[in-house]
Amino acid sequence: MSRGRDAATLMAVGLIGLAVAFSLPHLVEVFVLVELTAYIVFAMLALSLALVWGYAGILCFGQSIFFGIGGYAYTLGVMNIGESTLPVALGIALPMLFAAVLGYFLFYGRVSDIYLGVITLCVSLIAYNLINSLSGTEYKIGSVPIGGHNGIPGVPVVNMPGDSSRTFGFEEVFTLSLILLVAVYIGLRALLASQFGKVVVAIRENELRAELLGYDARAYKLVVFVIGAAIAGLAGVLFVNWGSFIGPTVFSIFFSAQIIIWIMVGGLGTLAGAIAGAVFIQWLSTWLGTNKIIDPNIVLGVIFIVLVLLVPKGLQPMLVERFKRRRRSETRSDTRSETNSRLGVP
Amino acid sequence: MSKPPILRTEQVCKRFGGVNAVDGIDFSVAEGELRCIIGPNGAGKSTFFKMLSGQLQPTAGRILFREVDITREERHRIARRGVAIKTQVPNVFDGLSAFENLRIAAARRLDSRGAAELARDILARVEMTAHADRAVGELAHGQRQWIEIGMLLAVDPALVLLDEPTAGMTKEEVARAAAMIRALANQRAVIVVEHDMKFVRMVDANVTVFHQGRILVEGPTDTVLRDTRVRDVYLGKAAH
Amino acid sequence: MDFATVVFIQVMYAVATLALISVGLAIIFGMMRVINFAHGEFLMLGGYAVVLPVQAGVNLWVAMLIIAPITVGLFGVIIERLIIRPLYGRIVETVLATWGLSLLMIGLASAWIGFYQAGAAPPFGSVQIGSYREGLYTFFVIGVTALILAGVYGFLRHTRFGLIALGTMQNPAMAAALGVNVSRVYAVTFGLGAALSGLAGAILAPISGVLPVIGITYIAKAFITVISGGATVLAGTIAASALFGTVSQLVTYLSTVIIGEVALLAVAIVLLRLLPEGITGRFSRGGL
Repeated sequence: MSRGRDAATLMAVGLIGLAVAFSLPHLVEVFVLVELTAYIVFAMLALSLALVWGYAGILCFGQSIFFGIGGYAYTLGVMNIGESTLPVALGIALPMLFAAVLGYFLFYGRVSDIYLGVITLCVSLIAYNLINSLSGTEYKIGSVPIGGHNGIPGVPVVNMPGDSSRTFGFEEVFTLSLILLVAVYIGLRALLASQFGKVVVAIRENELRAELLGYDARAYKLVVFVIGAAIAGLAGVLFVNWGSFIGPTVFSIFFSAQIIIWIMVGGLGTLAGAIAGAVFIQWLSTWLGTNKIIDPNIVLGVIFIVLVLLVPKGLQPMLVERFKRRRRSETRSDTRSETNSRLGVP
Repeated sequence: MSKPPILRTEQVCKRFGGVNAVDGIDFSVAEGELRCIIGPNGAGKSTFFKMLSGQLQPTAGRILFREVDITREERHRIARRGVAIKTQVPNVFDGLSAFENLRIAAARRLDSRGAAELARDILARVEMTAHADRAVGELAHGQRQWIEIGMLLAVDPALVLLDEPTAGMTKEEVARAAAMIRALANQRAVIVVEHDMKFVRMVDANVTVFHQGRILVEGPTDTVLRDTRVRDVYLGKAAH
Repeated sequence: MDFATVVFIQVMYAVATLALISVGLAIIFGMMRVINFAHGEFLMLGGYAVVLPVQAGVNLWVAMLIIAPITVGLFGVIIERLIIRPLYGRIVETVLATWGLSLLMIGLASAWIGFYQAGAAPPFGSVQIGSYREGLYTFFVIGVTALILAGVYGFLRHTRFGLIALGTMQNPAMAAALGVNVSRVYAVTFGLGAALSGLAGAILAPISGVLPVIGITYIAKAFITVISGGATVLAGTIAASALFGTVSQLVTYLSTVIIGEVALLAVAIVLLRLLPEGITGRFSRGGL
């Protein structure tokens, strides 16, 4: 349709992103950058689920598994090795590997979607219990104790590849995170515009039809799941670099619920919406948390219920549809058929 | 029959609980042949089709495509061998546009430029060009059937299975579908399951009659439709 | 020999607790195809419904066997009306809404009751088996679970409501056509499942104590048990509990409780690859 304009938009997004990434550190205070970096990390995590759930229709309730594995892999790697290049790679590769194994059992066992959601959630819950319990000094990887429920503080920040004395400051972590977020966003847009991406959406719409045309839905889903895990893992790596800390709460049910809510607020089947949802919800919970107005569980719970009962597709597409009802995105369907295809109902 | 069979089944059975939905079917279709399967509701036609396309696995028996055993193959593999099916309930990508539906199908074997070209070409052939950008979910039942038939054309199969292709179509559309199906059969084998006897007469091919999971009669349209056993079956008389 | 006896008792206990924490969830899931993500918080509510009255001077057994199931059952009926019914037939939305309910209940419990471990001392003493001591409450849990399962079976098999509920589960449209008030059947079913969850939470409260987040320690195991059980509510739950309870308890002996849980999960995932419809899915559909 408007492939040329899409490319131009993406180019603009990239250029603006780069400009902000390099100029903002000169314009604002460090604490603002640190706060923004947190939003960037959550936005990246949101993008991973926006791909997996929003586009591929894979109901992954435990996206935090990959975030957590990424964070822990980086942490344990960098604290053992001292240099950050390999640990960053591990923080992406290990979640992918885990997703490949888990996804193999789920997709090739044809575990249908709601079961998949429950299983992935259970995996994250048990990962939480597992890490939580490994608090004794005897539990260590290499020379680094896993820390159990205390987590691991004082994690070194990334350094210039090959030069472990040149570690990044807060400004550089911000710049790096934003560049990576923009890169992931553009990469996903390109992926979704590609033949592969169209087939993925087609499988979400009607898996049986896609298979009867000769597409192996299991393999496509597995690949998407692994790509999503890579992005979530990268977000986990950046998360550790943001706070120099990782603990088992990254696997908690509360954290998993948050990611789902980000996507629901932003709307299924949009990338920008997922970013907006993550930023908005995180802003809201930070604001409520610092002002100690109300327990964040209550807030998230109410948002969750209200979203489901009132606006099952998320808020952002509602606005979009109001303004351009005529030009409905071709990759999106009405809620019912989307839900049905997610459930595997014809 | 001089031509070798493209598809052959040996004693295929499918049991659901205690019911033999398909009960020992020996069936064969030649390369390029056009065949109609008729039979009352519950005769096992759709179940048979589902087994041919890999949606169900037979309880017993073998299915051979060009003499290769495909009985236990995954459905996407069977599709890649050149078996395409239009299911009884239209199976389309409801949330995608008509054009996109056909493009996805074509892209299974063509690059993106070729797929787009073929999709446009097929839209014209099934007379759906005017609806190219509409979501298929918004189209009428008959139009969705055409999109699905178009998708089959796009993958260029060697064997086409059509399960009640004319359901929801207008009279003119049925005639058009019959003509198109006859044209299809020039280059590939086609098996059609139909209820509409007018359509079966229009297609005028060899007919296989299913009854209670078995083959009752097989032969040219005229002979079969005049067969008293077939009449009895359709009129609900017991025929054993 | 004593060790073997103790291991056997522990395995039985593990199987029983799995069945106990799963049965309410299984009934709701089996009958209504609703996965109640707030199941853990129903257990938590059951725990508080025994601990708080006991602290106020109510008899333990009255609180455990009467107050807790009735409280949670009524709560379930209200939730069914407010959250489940508007979403009926939309499985994903129901899961998400009950997940929200789960967070909300955790938040409310933390806000009202506070984030400390509340408990009630387990009744009975203990028994000496060779050089090992085993609490008599362990035997109580095993026995009461068996009674609950038998009771549910009898209720569904031999009462008018049970038969109507089973019929509705098999074919809601047909049941409605025969004049069954399907909404009421679902409301009662959900209430019953909730009451059983409340009872389970109450029975376990003297052992594990109660916390606002106590539900989270149960749900992973309960979900896995119910999902792996397959389409048949009771047989599936019992079979899955027996398998997973045995595996996790034996692994627990060899390592730790958590590794036992990990083993349970791993077995479940491999099992789902082999039997996508659950343990009983191949054999029967939608029965007991």
